[in-house]
Amino acid sequence: MSGVLHQVLSGLATGSIYASLALALVMIYKTTHHVNFAQGEMATFSTFIAWSLIEAGFSYWVAFLLAVAVSFVIGLAIQALLMRRLANAHVLSAVGVFIGLLLIFNSISGWIFGYTVKAFPSPFESGNEKPVLGGYLSAHELGASLVTLAVLLAVYAFFRFTTLGLAMRAVAFNPQSSRLVGIRVDRMLALGWGLAAALGAIAGIMIAPIVFLDPNMMAGILLYAFAGALLGGIDNAAGAVAGGFAVGVIEALGGAYVVGTELKLTIALLSIVAVLIFKPNGVFGRHVVSRV
Amino acid sequence: MLTSAAEPMPPLLEARGLKAAYGPSTVLHGIDFAIDEGEVCCLLGANGAGKTTTLRAICGMVRTEGEIRFCGERIDGRATEDIVRRRIAHVPDGRGTFMELTVEENLRLGAYLRPTAEIPAALAEVYEYFPKLRQRLRQQAGTLSGGEQQMLAIARALLLKPRLLLLDEPSFGLAPIVVEEVFALLERIKQDQRLSIFLVEQNANLALALSDRAYLLETGRVVMEGTASELAKNEAIRRAYLGF
Repeated sequence: MSGVLHQVLSGLATGSIYASLALALVMIYKTTHHVNFAQGEMATFSTFIAWSLIEAGFSYWVAFLLAVAVSFVIGLAIQALLMRRLANAHVLSAVGVFIGLLLIFNSISGWIFGYTVKAFPSPFESGNEKPVLGGYLSAHELGASLVTLAVLLAVYAFFRFTTLGLAMRAVAFNPQSSRLVGIRVDRMLALGWGLAAALGAIAGIMIAPIVFLDPNMMAGILLYAFAGALLGGIDNAAGAVAGGFAVGVIEALGGAYVVGTELKLTIALLSIVAVLIFKPNGVFGRHVVSRV
Repeated sequence: MLTSAAEPMPPLLEARGLKAAYGPSTVLHGIDFAIDEGEVCCLLGANGAGKTTTLRAICGMVRTEGEIRFCGERIDGRATEDIVRRRIAHVPDGRGTFMELTVEENLRLGAYLRPTAEIPAALAEVYEYFPKLRQRLRQQAGTLSGGEQQMLAIARALLLKPRLLLLDEPSFGLAPIVVEEVFALLERIKQDQRLSIFLVEQNANLALALSDRAYLLETGRVVMEGTASELAKNEAIRRAYLGF
């Protein structure tokens, strides 16, 4: 029984990271109606920025904040320079661009920082701590979950309670009507990309100490996040977050008791297929109710 | 008719030689119209005459040729959000409310350009016109009845504190009794605020009753203009649009 509890808790810990990446995917999906396949590689690149800042002697949290800020700007720039031109593009052109971005970020990471696997420091461990919560979680797992949870709550509060967040949601639902109340739609879209990139950066930096840093670090993570987003409903932010946690737990339990660690990724792929077949709107997917 | 230098006030809104097209099909073939400050003006015409396109052209939602001036300044070719920021509020066909958001969120978005300090008073003002909305603040806008949605759309537009209100078929899809309610409210708002309104409407009876002046649009051309009472008496209009 304690083994199961251990797996569930550790699943929730990695799930929190899937959840924040899933939320980034949903944020982009809601405004572009495409899945940003490059979200993971962008996060990897951000993690490399944090890594090189730490190597250059910056303290961990300064490097963390700088990397998140730089990622935010990269997100803004991608929207302003690239996505704005693609607003009316064919769906395949958009997919092509997203895959292109994936390859570009992957290659740039490898080219600048190299392909050798690097250890990434954790701010919550100095090497000799005992596991916390009675041995169920490592100090890093606990710290990373708390950071991602705090970030998810902050994002929720931003969208729920601020006028800017409301304007961004309005743009996602109805750009035309948003213009009619005076919202500058392009700026909101750019802000969305910035936020998504920043969320990805946080996810990358938090998972790097567990999976180690290399240019392909996020490839698998993105699949889990994508499974989580689909499970919860790709156009439902809260659902995607819940889906991310669920996938974390399913992965941990499945890996430990069903298929073994080598086949864990299969679980993510299987759940993607299963959701698409049986519940294409996701478990929490909403049909918009409207009367006319 | 050219505005001479001696005339002190330019019209609030003025269009000259306004053309609009969707791809290869031209909808407006160079129309002229003007709306004065404090005036309610309606644009009548059959389906497909170009009424909705005229409003969309004013708001920069369709590509146009020709001149549109607001308070004497050119606004044609500008982005919709820039035109809205000059306080032209547009209630589009289909109402343009945010179905997925709550009534309260829709209203907050309507007041998006207002300074925070003005918002409570502005909300109190629209609740006075639309007391039903106050009871439904937490409800998703898409679940309101058609009439309530139209009220929400008008409330949203009023929250901009518009200098000109563009209304696209406020009667569309509503039961006759609800239509009367909507127009009674518009009459009240007109009296209270001396608000300039440019109204597009199929229901010519109601539109002419509310308006000071009217234009008649046929296949993208203005074929008649005059005071609302003149047009209401006109034999051709009566037969074609008023149905008696």
